[in-house]
Amino acid sequence: MSRASLAVACGAVLRRDLTLAWRRRGDIAMPVLYALIVATLFPFALGPEDALLQRIAGGIVLVTVLLAMLLALDAMFRSDIEDGSLEQLVLAPQPLALMLGMKILAHWLTTALPLIVIAPMLAGMLHLPVPVMGVLMLALLLATPMLGLLGAVLVALTAGTRRSGMLLALMLLPLCVPVVIFAAGAVAAAQQGLPWIAPIAWLGAALALALVLAPLACAAALRIALDA
Amino acid sequence: MTYDHAIPLLRARGLSFLRADEPVFGPLDFALHAGELALVEGDNGSGKTTLLRLLAGLLHVGEGELDWRGQPWNRDACAGEMLFLGHQLGLKMDMSPRENLHIAAGLHGTREGRSAASVLTEVGLAGYEDDPVRRLSAGQKKRAALARLLLLPAVLWLLDEPYANLDRAGIALVNRLLEMHVAAGGAALVTSHGAVSFHGGEPKRIRMHA
Repeated sequence: MSRASLAVACGAVLRRDLTLAWRRRGDIAMPVLYALIVATLFPFALGPEDALLQRIAGGIVLVTVLLAMLLALDAMFRSDIEDGSLEQLVLAPQPLALMLGMKILAHWLTTALPLIVIAPMLAGMLHLPVPVMGVLMLALLLATPMLGLLGAVLVALTAGTRRSGMLLALMLLPLCVPVVIFAAGAVAAAQQGLPWIAPIAWLGAALALALVLAPLACAAALRIALDA
Repeated sequence: MTYDHAIPLLRARGLSFLRADEPVFGPLDFALHAGELALVEGDNGSGKTTLLRLLAGLLHVGEGELDWRGQPWNRDACAGEMLFLGHQLGLKMDMSPRENLHIAAGLHGTREGRSAASVLTEVGLAGYEDDPVRRLSAGQKKRAALARLLLLPAVLWLLDEPYANLDRAGIALVNRLLEMHVAAGGAALVTSHGAVSFHGGEPKRIRMHA
């Protein structure tokens, strides 16, 4: 009899979620298309003035990416709850928080990463200066996992309820405010030639905290959701 | 690992589960030793599934006591010693039975001398190992879930309606699995409406009443 090691278990969960996402790769394209369309709407609504678009480009890309992530967040545990795999994961002799951490990582890789990849294109469309692009990418790399982690806790909390999508958005958006302030602050500072490292460092610190606490909170919330 | 065999694996004293302060079942008293099979009997809505989910650790004990190997039940003590098969089979529809087993083995480990291929043949899924579970019939899905019982190490099996959707051969398969498990010193709690023709002696019966 051989017990599964922690590394093997983490690998199994991660590989499973990535494989499933790959088999439904149409779903991966949805948030990307959504972000593309929303970002395209702004020049139509505000007029194609370079100076105006340049000033708001960073903010638009950040908010668009966060909203696109929100769209996909709802599905993080849904299929697992429906087919009973979540019960099996909860009952497996492995630390649940770590296993959920792997699920959150897989979710970030399949939804946020494609958005980050197209972000320079969206920003370029809105005339964001090229030197600022690096800061925007850095801000997104820190803000999206943060949103994924916070979102996972809320998804776990609303796991038992039907039609949790809207409720989830209402709960998560207020929590996004500080993330948006710091991320957009860094981009704006870089655009004005000011030091931008402080807001990025704040985002990094918050992400470090969320990385440790969110999976634990997520595990506790899911146990409660399954108990109901 | 050696355990005193006089100590039951599982002992419930006055066990009940409350939903909105209303008892769903109980109070129940029973003990389950290694090498024993218990049938949970009761009408629809008498709380059979609830009992199994509670023993699996998905629900909290309402009132009464639950001991695992003589110690008060806690999650870590019986981690890796118990397998639960519920109404939802816990199979990923987009993956093949083989891939589903690999995930489960990654989380639980495997029994000595078993492999995904050998257990899938044993449950009668030879030739379907690599088809997506979505394309299998309800009975074949059940067999794919039963394969988990053969592959993963566990002492206690909690099986909720293991006979549902199965044909004659499938029912015989479940009985054979239970016999093997009990003969090897395992224990099982089974809920069922169907007839259980268990050859290794008369199973213990737990009667549910609301």
